[in-house]
Amino acid sequence: MTKIIEPSKQSSIFRRPSSETGIWSWITTVDHKKIGIMYGYAAFFFLLIGGLEALILRIQLSQPDNNFLTAAEYNAMFTMHGTTMIFLAIMPISAAFFNYLLPLQIGARDVAFPRLNALSFWIFIFGGAFLYSTFIFGTAGAPEGGYLAEEVGWLGSAPNGGWFGYQPNAGMKYSPGTAMDYWAIGLQILGVASLISAFNFITTIINMRTEGMRFMRMPVFTWMTFAVSFLLAFSLPIIAIALFYVTFDRKFGTTFFLTEGGGDPILWQHLFWLFGHPEVYILILPAFGIVSEVLPTFSRKPLFGYAAIVFAGFGIAFIGFGVWAHHMFASAISPVAQAGFGLSTMVIAVPTGVKIFNWLGTIWGGKLKLNTPMLFSLGFIGMFVIGGLSGVTHSIVPADTQQTDTYYVVAHFHYVLFGGALFGIFSGLYYWFPKVWGKMYNESLGKIHFWLMMIGFNLTFGPMHWLGLQGQVRRTWVYAEETNLQFWNIIVTVGAFIIALSIIVFMVNWIFSKRNGEKAPFDPWDARTLEWTIPSPTPVWNFSTAPIVKSLDDFWHTKYSEDEDGRAVRREETDQMLLELEEDGLNPSEHIALPNPSYFPIVLASGLPFLGYAVIYKSIPLALIGTVLLLVGGFGWGTEPLEEEIHLDSDE
Amino acid sequence: MITLYTVSTLFLIIVDNINMLVKNIFKLKNLRFLALIFLYACIENAPLDSLSPEGPYARSIDELFWLTFWIAVVIFLIVQGALLFSVFVFKEKPDSPEPKQIHGNTKLEILWTVIPVIILAVIAVPTVRTIFDLANEPEDALKIEVIGHQWWFEYKYPDYDITTANVLVIPADKPIRLEMWSNDVLHNYWVPKLNGKRYLVPGQTTYLNLHADSPDEFWAQCGEYCGLSHSKMRGRVLSLSESDFETWVKNQQQNANKLEGNSLAAEGQQVYLNAGCTQCHVIDGVWDVQGDRIAPNLTHFANRNVFAGAALYNTEENLSKWLANPAEIKPGTFMPNLELTEVEINALIAYLGTLK
Amino acid sequence: MSNSHSYPHEPTGVETRKLGMWVFLSTEILFFGTLITTFMIFKGSDFPGMKLTDVYDIPFTSISSFILLMSSLTMVLAHNALEANDQEKTRVWLLATAMLGAVFLAGQIYEFTEFYHKGFELTTNIFSSSFYVLTGFHGLHVFVGVVLLLALWAIGQRQKGLTLEGGMNLEFVALYWHFVDIVWIVLFTVVYLI
Repeated sequence: MTKIIEPSKQSSIFRRPSSETGIWSWITTVDHKKIGIMYGYAAFFFLLIGGLEALILRIQLSQPDNNFLTAAEYNAMFTMHGTTMIFLAIMPISAAFFNYLLPLQIGARDVAFPRLNALSFWIFIFGGAFLYSTFIFGTAGAPEGGYLAEEVGWLGSAPNGGWFGYQPNAGMKYSPGTAMDYWAIGLQILGVASLISAFNFITTIINMRTEGMRFMRMPVFTWMTFAVSFLLAFSLPIIAIALFYVTFDRKFGTTFFLTEGGGDPILWQHLFWLFGHPEVYILILPAFGIVSEVLPTFSRKPLFGYAAIVFAGFGIAFIGFGVWAHHMFASAISPVAQAGFGLSTMVIAVPTGVKIFNWLGTIWGGKLKLNTPMLFSLGFIGMFVIGGLSGVTHSIVPADTQQTDTYYVVAHFHYVLFGGALFGIFSGLYYWFPKVWGKMYNESLGKIHFWLMMIGFNLTFGPMHWLGLQGQVRRTWVYAEETNLQFWNIIVTVGAFIIALSIIVFMVNWIFSKRNGEKAPFDPWDARTLEWTIPSPTPVWNFSTAPIVKSLDDFWHTKYSEDEDGRAVRREETDQMLLELEEDGLNPSEHIALPNPSYFPIVLASGLPFLGYAVIYKSIPLALIGTVLLLVGGFGWGTEPLEEEIHLDSDE
Repeated sequence: MITLYTVSTLFLIIVDNINMLVKNIFKLKNLRFLALIFLYACIENAPLDSLSPEGPYARSIDELFWLTFWIAVVIFLIVQGALLFSVFVFKEKPDSPEPKQIHGNTKLEILWTVIPVIILAVIAVPTVRTIFDLANEPEDALKIEVIGHQWWFEYKYPDYDITTANVLVIPADKPIRLEMWSNDVLHNYWVPKLNGKRYLVPGQTTYLNLHADSPDEFWAQCGEYCGLSHSKMRGRVLSLSESDFETWVKNQQQNANKLEGNSLAAEGQQVYLNAGCTQCHVIDGVWDVQGDRIAPNLTHFANRNVFAGAALYNTEENLSKWLANPAEIKPGTFMPNLELTEVEINALIAYLGTLK
Repeated sequence: MSNSHSYPHEPTGVETRKLGMWVFLSTEILFFGTLITTFMIFKGSDFPGMKLTDVYDIPFTSISSFILLMSSLTMVLAHNALEANDQEKTRVWLLATAMLGAVFLAGQIYEFTEFYHKGFELTTNIFSSSFYVLTGFHGLHVFVGVVLLLALWAIGQRQKGLTLEGGMNLEFVALYWHFVDIVWIVLFTVVYLI
C-alpha cells in the first residue's frame, strides 16, 4: 500500500511548497516532529558552542593571574556562555522534546497551530544567528573615559555584561559599543519565539487531547510542558518590557535604570529575577517530566504519587514567582524583605522534596533495568539533590551573603541545570531515540558516556562549592596567587575536559546508531504512554486512528493486568494486540488531513533580525526591509489554506 | 498516627530546646576538620576564606551555615542512601518477579511534606533572627563611608575628616558601621572573614557592619561583576589596636609637606604637578583637584601596602610597571598612560615613597 | 476537501483559535501589567523635574478616550450585524470601528507633539520616558488593531463575505479590539487621573 499526497486544490496567491524531501521539505515544514528534530539539532549545536566557551573560560582560570584571555574576551565569553546555554541550548532542547512528544503523548495529530510552531522555530534560529552575529558586527570597549592597553578583538566583541545584564554596568556609558544591544535585542527576539510556542502548547494541551485523555490521565511530561508553558507565558512579558527599557536607555537616551534621570538600577534586578527565577523552573521542569517518564518504565511500576508529582510541579511553578529577590539578598533590600524571601525560598524546597521522594518511591520495590536512560535519570536524582540542598543554604540569608556572587553559586546552579536539566535531557534523548529514528542506540557507548559525564561533572562542579567558600568570586577574569585557589581550579579544568570527552562519545554514538543501529521495535522499553503505541520512527500522520484513552498509563494497562498481590501480569492477548497495533499504525484506513507546509513562517521570522539591526544602527532602510518581510509573511500566511490530505490507494 | 505523634512531640522538643540544639550541633565543628582535612591539606591560608570567621558577624553567619550544612548532610545521606540502596537491591536479576504495582501512599506523601517543613522551620528561626541581628546598627559604632569606583574602594571617615583608598583601617574589637554607595556601577563589598557581602548602589545608601576580633589584616574583594577589571577590584582591611589606630588617625590628619630643593623626590613632586596627575589625584597640602575626585587620594600613599585597587603591592617595581601603562594591569582603567619617561617614573616613585 | 478525519478536537468546546487568542491576551495582560507597575513606581519617585501634570490636557484626552470607547460599541454592532448575516452593515460598522481607532491614534499623535513642544520629551526624565513608552506601546496595539479591522473589511468586500468562522474571523479581531479598549481605560485612569 503506497500513499499519495494530493496537492490542495484550493487557490492561493503564492505557489504552495510541495517538496517532500530535501532541504525545502525542512524549511517549509509545519510537522511538529520535523520541527522538534530541527530544534534538537540547532540547540545541540549551540550547546557545543556554549561548551566550547566554557572550556575557554576554564583554560583561563586553570592558573592564577593567567593571561590566556584578555579581560574583555573573558567577560564576553562568560556572558555568551550563560546566555547561550540558557536561551539557545537548554530551552530549545526542551522545546525539541515538547514539539516532538507533546502531540504524541496526548494522542493528537499535530499541535494546535502548526504554522505558528514553525514560526517560533524560525524566530529562534534567526534570534540565535542574530545574537551570534555580534562576533562579526558587534563592538565593545572600555567604559566612557577608560583606557585599554590593546584593541578588543573579535572574541571580545560579544555582549559582556553578564547574562543578567545588571544595570547600569550594561548601559551605554559603562558598556559602550553595540555588543550589549545585540544581547538585549537578541533575547527579545528569542523571547518572542518562546512566547509563541508557549501559547501554542497551552492551547494544544487544553484543546487537542484525544478522547478520554482527561487532565489527570496526562503523562507527567505533558503536565510539565503545560507548567513550563504557563511559566513562559507569564514571565517572558516581564523580561520583554525590561529589555525594552534597556534598549531605550541604550539607544534613545532614556534613563529607566540610570539614577541620573530618576531611574533605578535595582528595579532592573527585580524585573530580571521576576523573570529569571521562573526561568530556572522553565529549564528544570522539562527534565522533571522526562525523569517521571523514564523511571516508571524501567522500574516496571507506575509513577509513585502521580497526583502529588503533578501538583508539586505546579506548586513549584507558582511559588517560583514569589522567590525572585533571593537573587538579591546582598542588594539594597530591607531585612523584612530578606526574611520574607528567605522563607518563601525555603518553602519551595518542600514541593521539590516531594518530587524527589516520589521518584524514590517509584524505583523502590521495582525491577530496575539499568540502561542508559535509566542511569541518566538516576544520576539526575543524585545530582539534583545536591543542587537542591545547596539551594537551601542560599535561603539562609546571612549565609547567602557569604555565598552569593561566588563559585559556590556557580556550583549550585550547575548542579541544578547541568546535573539536573541536562542529565534529564540526555536521559530523554536516549529514551526516545528509538521512537525518533527507528534505530536502537549503542548501549555500551551510552554507558561510557554516562560514567564519563558523571565523573567529569562532579570533578568540574563539586570543587566549585569549595572554591566559592574559599572566596573565589564569580565572573573573575583572574585570581591572585595568594588566594591559594589554584589546586582546585586545575581539577575543575580537568573535569571540564572530561565532560567534553563524554560529549564526543555521545555524538559518536548518535551518528553511528542513527546510521547503523539495530532496527527498533515500536515499543522497545515495554513503556506506558501513547507515543509507544505507534510505529518507530513515527509516521508522518502520528496515529492512524485517534486513540481512546481509558486510564492513566493506558497503554500499560492494555498490556498488563494485576494478580491478587498487585504484581503485573502480561495479558494473554497482549502479543496479538501489539502485532495489530503495529500493522494499524503503518496503514491508516482513512483520509488523513495534515497541515500544509508553508513558506511564510520563515519569511515572517526573517523580518525580525532586520528590525533588530535597524534599531541597533538606527537605519530606516533596514527597518523597511524588516517590515516588508513581516507584511509579506503575514499576508501570505493569512491567505493560504491550512490543510492538505493524504489519500490512500486502498481507499480510492 | 503514631508517627505523627512522634513527629509533633519531636517538634515541640526541638522548639523548646532550640538553643541547646544549635550549640550541640556546633560541637560537631571539630568533626568538620576531620571531614575536610584533605581539603585543608591542599589549601592553607586562603585569605578570602568565608569559613574562617575572625569577628562576631562573620561567626554568626558561619554558625548558621554549619547548622544548615549538617542538616543537609543528613538529608543527603538519607536520599543518596535510599537511591543507591534501591539501585543495588531492586536491580533487575534473572529471577526478579514483576514488581507490585503501587500507585502511591497518602500517608507517606503527608509525611514527606511535613518533615521537610519541620526541618525548614528549625532552620528558619535562627535565620530570621540573624538577619535582623546583622541589619541592626550597633551602638557606639565607628562610621566609615565606602564609595565604590571602577575599580577601587574609597573610604571616608566623617568623624576624623580622613579620605583614603584601598586599605580600610579600623580599630580592632570595635563595631564598625559602613555607609556605602557607588559612584558608577554596582559593586559588592566583601570582607569574608568579617561579614557577608553588601551591594554598593549608585544613588542609594546601603549599610554593612564589620567587627574584627583582634589586630590583623584581611582581604576584601568586589563581589558583583562591575566591568572589565572586576576581578582586580580588591582591598585590604587592617584592624589595629586602639593605640595604633589613634596613631594612624593622627598621621592621616596631617597634610603632606610641599617639598623644596633638588632631591629626586622633589623632582617627582614636579612630575606630579606637571605631568597630568593633578587632573584626578589629590595630595592634601600640595594640590587639590577641581571638581570630582575620581581617583584615590595620594596624601598618605606610602602608608598603604597596596595600590591600584589593591591589585598590586606597593613596591617600586610594581609602581614602575603601573606608571608605565596602567591599562596593561587594569584593563579599562580611567588612569591614562601619561607616556612618562623612565627618569620621570623613578622620580615619581621616590616622591610617592615620601607620602607616609 | 473533506473533513473526514476522526480527530476529536476541542474537548473544552471552545474553538481552538479563540482559545489561543485568550491565552495570547492573558500574556498581553502581563505585558501591560509590567509596564503599568513600573510606570507607577517611576511616578511615585521623588525625582525633581517636569511631570505629565505640567503639560497634559485632561478634557482633550477624555474626548479621545470616549472615541476609543465608542469604537468598542461599533465593534459589537458589527458582530451583531454579522450574526444576522447582514454583510453590508457588518462592513459599515467595521469601517466605523477602524475610523474611530484611527481618530484616537491621530489624537495621540497630536497630544505627543504638543507635549514635545512644551519640552516634555522622551529623554527629559523618568516621568516622560515611562509615559511615552507606556502609551506608545498601547498606541502600537491600537495601530495593529486598525490594520486588522481594515484587513477584515477588505476580506468582507470579496464575494464570499465574512463568516463567524474560519481563518481570521471577526470574533477573533473583536476580542483583541475590546481588550485594547479595556487596557486604555486602565491606562487613562492610571496615567492621567490618579
